[in-house]
Amino acid sequence: MKTEQEFKQKILIADDSEMNRSILTDMLESEYEIIEAENGVEAVAAIQKYGVELSLILLDIVMPEMDGFGVLEVMNRRRWIDDIPVIMISSESASLHVERAYELGITDYISRPFDALIVHRRVVNTIMLYAKQKKLTALVMEQIQEKEKQSTLMIDILSHIVEFRNGESGLHVLHIRILTEMFLKHLPHITDRYQFTREEISMICMASALHDIGKISIPGEILNKPGRLTKEEFDIMKTHTTIGAEMLDKLSFHQDELLVKEAYAVCRWHHERYDGRGYPDGLMGDEIPISAQIVALADVYDALTSERVYKKAFSHEEAVRMICNGECGTFNPLLLECLKDIADTLQENLKSADGAGTDEKELQDILEEKLYPKEASASERTLKLLEHERMKYSFYASMSEEIQFEYTLSPPMLTLSDWGARRLQLPEVVMDPLGDKRITDIMSAEELRNLSRILHNTSPEEPVVKYDCKSKIGGMDRWVRIVVQTMWSSDETPKYEGVIGKAVDIHEARLRIDALENMASHDTLTKLLNRDYAEKWIEECLHREGCGRYVMMLLDLDHIKEANVSRGRMFGDELLVHVAESLLQNTGENEIAARISGDEFLVFIKCGSDEEETVRRIASVLSGEYKGFSFSACMGVAEAEGSQKEYVQLFKEADQALMEAKRKGPGHCEFYKNIRRQ
Amino acid sequence: MSLNECYTALEGNFDDVLGRLRSEKLVQKFVLKFLNDGSYDLLCRSLESGDYQEAFRASHTIKGVCQNLSFTKLYASSNKLTEALRSGWSEEAGPLVEEVKKDYQQTIGAIQELQKEAGA
Repeated sequence: MKTEQEFKQKILIADDSEMNRSILTDMLESEYEIIEAENGVEAVAAIQKYGVELSLILLDIVMPEMDGFGVLEVMNRRRWIDDIPVIMISSESASLHVERAYELGITDYISRPFDALIVHRRVVNTIMLYAKQKKLTALVMEQIQEKEKQSTLMIDILSHIVEFRNGESGLHVLHIRILTEMFLKHLPHITDRYQFTREEISMICMASALHDIGKISIPGEILNKPGRLTKEEFDIMKTHTTIGAEMLDKLSFHQDELLVKEAYAVCRWHHERYDGRGYPDGLMGDEIPISAQIVALADVYDALTSERVYKKAFSHEEAVRMICNGECGTFNPLLLECLKDIADTLQENLKSADGAGTDEKELQDILEEKLYPKEASASERTLKLLEHERMKYSFYASMSEEIQFEYTLSPPMLTLSDWGARRLQLPEVVMDPLGDKRITDIMSAEELRNLSRILHNTSPEEPVVKYDCKSKIGGMDRWVRIVVQTMWSSDETPKYEGVIGKAVDIHEARLRIDALENMASHDTLTKLLNRDYAEKWIEECLHREGCGRYVMMLLDLDHIKEANVSRGRMFGDELLVHVAESLLQNTGENEIAARISGDEFLVFIKCGSDEEETVRRIASVLSGEYKGFSFSACMGVAEAEGSQKEYVQLFKEADQALMEAKRKGPGHCEFYKNIRRQ
Repeated sequence: MSLNECYTALEGNFDDVLGRLRSEKLVQKFVLKFLNDGSYDLLCRSLESGDYQEAFRASHTIKGVCQNLSFTKLYASSNKLTEALRSGWSEEAGPLVEEVKKDYQQTIGAIQELQKEAGA
């Protein structure tokens, strides 16, 4: 069961002074649920969170982080101001401030010191007023719907009377209306020449039903003659256009109604042709109003595809072909194009038509157009839809354990999902995040700059970016993957406006990959690098600029076979590990030691001007005693100087030196440069 | 000390506040709450650190609260200080800070007296 609390309307109080908030709260909390915000950013976050659930906002002007005007500006930009009333309470009495606040859409302005009773009364009034307005909007819509339904019905009856005399079913009128509507809606897609408001579409469709009213005065013998009409008969028949127009012209009232004007045009000129060969006035091209042109084409199509006393019905395809071939007179090429475009859906629409007329969605749109002329306003309904989307979104966001965010450039504002804000220990809204230490603590300024640069280089066509980076979340280093989509303005040259995106913690996955890479690159017994990896590493090192002087040493343990035989294979392995560890301890940063086969090792190590010194240091750990077993190694040394030698060449040289050393006996060390001289 | 006497001591307008907030109990509640309001501390701290924007806001808040509670004297001085700080530090702000401090102490003193009796 819901508690009373949940039924209370919500009021947001935004004021930086706790005292001021609690005075207001005290006055209102018995009737309303109070939500408090102590600065503008918190206020925006609250509006973002509660949306139209808020019945009213009491807003202070002077606040830290973002002032009251800032809040109003955001509310305007997001169109929240259309649906949530704001009362400003401030001790700023300068008329400039008051004026600016009203311009930004506040409903009322109360100056301090305020009278408790008056504040209470104004709050109640404002909330009631808004509720009433919403109710009235709904009421008006109902009325319009009712009226529309009735007038459509009247027109249907009227045109049916005409049809009835004509021996046709009422279907013709219905078909014309549907076809006309399809043309009107599709035409603006293929040309800028004709644009229609929803109201115009609705009017022209209604008018289309009246196109043949003039036939009421045509004698029945001519109207229903099964055979061909004589010239005289046809001349009489033609008068149905002018007679219909005249009937409308002689209406003593409603002359200024759009419907009457459109109906006049349709009645009089729906037999005109684009090339001027129609009747009654022989108008040409765009002298014929577009409404009449459309009805004419619809009339011809429906006449072709219907059975008449004097002809059989043609198929849809046949009818379209005949019209396009000009067999029924010349039409506006744009309309013919339009006909081809809608040909596929046309039949279906005609069949499924039940004459329901304008649906509710459309009515709502018409109404909106009336209420908010020329403005793409977020109506209550759209906001409700958004509200629904927002709920869905925040539910999924909280389930997904992803940090979801939105960033706008103007104002520079980062909005985090509920879960994301908790995870990052940040408020849900952060103003100017790029300069905010709380943000740069999480992601370094350098990474942010880098990401920002990449984002600025995207385009509306390719707006998605994936970016992996290290971050600090909750004091821990974590790898995250940021996936974002850039948002662009709808200007002719789209402007980068911000991003929506999410950050996913990929730390574990990343570590697993690192571990796998480690496993693939290391020798399992000695934990040294393996040969393949060493080769790759050295190759890269040699090609790096200014890599300095390096020597490559190949080492071969002398008595490993004896160790295996006399002390067992386990001991032999131990000895290898022991040597490996000594090598590891003697290699530093940007130096490597690798095991390249059973008892052979490779060391790639930096050396100063005196490479022999370096070599001696390594050699010294390669002879000695391990658990009572004396061991030694042969060494072959080759020098690398920058990228002058490739890995293969270097390895070959070291190998030759090693062979020479081995030839000389256990414990020997040989330099390639020396054997070359010999 | 009664609430009325407290207002006399801090040179406020008791009739005015009672007329607006309608209940003596409510007025007393907020008057006592004034002791815990952090704006004065914030004002002193931000003046010391030279953050005059913050000082302006703090002074502005004090002014607003005093206005609501009809603390006429402290309102008058904090109002002047607010204007003096509106666009950063200004010459006249110096003496005004002292005036606000003096008035604040007077106000706090009176409320503390009231609290003693209310608490007793």
